Amino acid sequence: MAAIAEFLAAEHRGCDESFASAEEAAQAGDLARCRAVFQRFQAEMERHFQKEEDALFPAFEQASGNAMGPTRVMRLEHRQMRETLAGMEGALAGGDLADFLGQAEALLILMQQHNIKEEQILYPMCDRLLGSAVGSVIQAMRDLAAR
Amino acid sequence: MKPAGLSFEQAPPFGVPLRFFLTAPWFLVLAAALLGWRGPELFASRWSPVTLALTHLLTLGFMAQVMLGALLQILPVVVGVVVPRPRLTAALIHIPLTLGALALATAFLSGIPVWFQGALGSLGLGFGVALTAINLALWRAPVASGTVIALRCALGALLVTVGLGLSLGGYFGWGWRLPVVTMTHLHAAWGLVGWTALLVAGVAYQVVPMFQITPPYPRWLIRGLAPLMAVSLVVWSAFLLGGRETAAALASVMLAVGLAGFAATTLYLLTQRRRKIGDPTLGYWRISMASLLAGALLWLATLLVPALAQAPQVQLLLGILLILGFAGAVINGMLYKIVPFLAWFHLQAQLFRRAKIPTMKQLLPETRIRRQLWIYLTALLLSLAAAVDPSIFTYPATLALGVTGAWLGVNLLNIWRMYRRALRSSPP
Ligand code: HEM
Repeated sequence: MAAIAEFLAAEHRGCDESFASAEEAAQAGDLARCRAVFQRFQAEMERHFQKEEDALFPAFEQASGNAMGPTRVMRLEHRQMRETLAGMEGALAGGDLADFLGQAEALLILMQQHNIKEEQILYPMCDRLLGSAVGSVIQAMRDLAAR
Repeated sequence: MKPAGLSFEQAPPFGVPLRFFLTAPWFLVLAAALLGWRGPELFASRWSPVTLALTHLLTLGFMAQVMLGALLQILPVVVGVVVPRPRLTAALIHIPLTLGALALATAFLSGIPVWFQGALGSLGLGFGVALTAINLALWRAPVASGTVIALRCALGALLVTVGLGLSLGGYFGWGWRLPVVTMTHLHAAWGLVGWTALLVAGVAYQVVPMFQITPPYPRWLIRGLAPLMAVSLVVWSAFLLGGRETAAALASVMLAVGLAGFAATTLYLLTQRRRKIGDPTLGYWRISMASLLAGALLWLATLLVPALAQAPQVQLLLGILLILGFAGAVINGMLYKIVPFLAWFHLQAQLFRRAKIPTMKQLLPETRIRRQLWIYLTALLLSLAAAVDPSIFTYPATLALGVTGAWLGVNLLNIWRMYRRALRSSPP
């Protein structure tokens, strides 16, 4: 069973794509396009964070009886990425593409080391731990997105 | 106040990996100094003591230094396990490794047994601590991903390499009676193919797809390559020790094909990258993988054409391709990602919202990376040329290697200086 791992890893790859497009626009010096793409990217990231924080993590914490373990680290890293995204938004608001690209470099590493932890460690643990509840947790995440 | 939180608590302090990273480039400079001092004689044969001194300035002082420092940093990320007492552990690895590398080089140059004895004690301590700390973490890994498997194989190979190295040192230091030539073959192969290549592969499985945004490595390769290489190394070693030349040659075909396959796959994935913006570390990955591919093919050629295997230049070319080309380039490129990121990361955690933090590109401007990279490539090509014609190319290669090593060192020191300035100038 790797249902959660597959479902959420696919979202990571989607976010990677949007990140690359935003960076490409910034590199090309196209501020307007960069703003549009970045806005979509930021919203996509936020939706993904919410699915985890509002559906997956509570289910994991309940099943494992542990709210202080890996999910706490993941929530803190989400916050760190939100901060960096806000910094990039600020750079775009000021029209400073060089600053945007400099911050993007760090965001990419933050994102990816977070993804490694989730995809290699947390998601497989969720799939194992949640067992037959996996389907309903994925449905809950889909419902969140539809809201 | 550390609001940025646990990922900060979980990551070791900046000083833990940094001490390795700031030391390593100066071993490239030292290697260049040795080249400049002893000149073309270094390219006479892989067996000359001066060449062995140079080899270990590179493999211990530069490569092992960075690889162990980086492992202490990335274990919490890829394995989810923290190394205990990180500062003390790092000091107990870094200091003996640095002193031991210097002592071993001195020992080869002077031939005096007591230097070998000192080097062995020091290196035994440093690697002993490193192997214990990292193995403890790896075996507690909650999930055995492809990367964990490759890292376990790499660490196992390091154990064999160090064991053989210490025994060989015993031959020089205490006059132990050993089959030195065979053991040196084993030691070199376990060090370069086992420890170095498998560690790079384990890291590449994660780093290449994620940071260059490429498709993933094929699943069978991720799970199968490292164990296959480890088994082939064992089989090859057994045949070599048993004097079964033909069977050993067949096993080494497996090894060379495995290395070539990994290099070719990585080069292919890099052509599929979704991240389109220029990234200087990409250049380092390409140099590294092209060198590995060339080295593996050259190795295959020596198996098919025995006359090649006897030529001293071919063995030197192989060593240069694997050490300076494959390992040196990928390590250099990774340093340019890791060090600015860690500086930024620790600043963000400590200065959170209280000051504007310099970005990674301010900490290390791309133009500086790019120029240093071109000189690195020049140093590599000139060294390969020097293996063929030492009389012309030795000194140009020396100059290029010294410049690129010093420049790497200065680039990294600058990041550290900016980091400390940002911390000092921030409001309390
Ligand atoms: C405790 C650490 C080490 C010690 C004491 C050590 C010692 C030695 C000695 C004494 C030799 C020469 C044997 C001879 O002349 O017959 C040698 C050769 C060699 N070592 Fe090490 N070594 C160590 C670690 C390493 C590591 C980590 C690597 C590579 C990653 C490495 C790569 C090599 C290579 C490639 C050669 C062969 C050079 C040649 O054939 O020209 N060594 N080592």
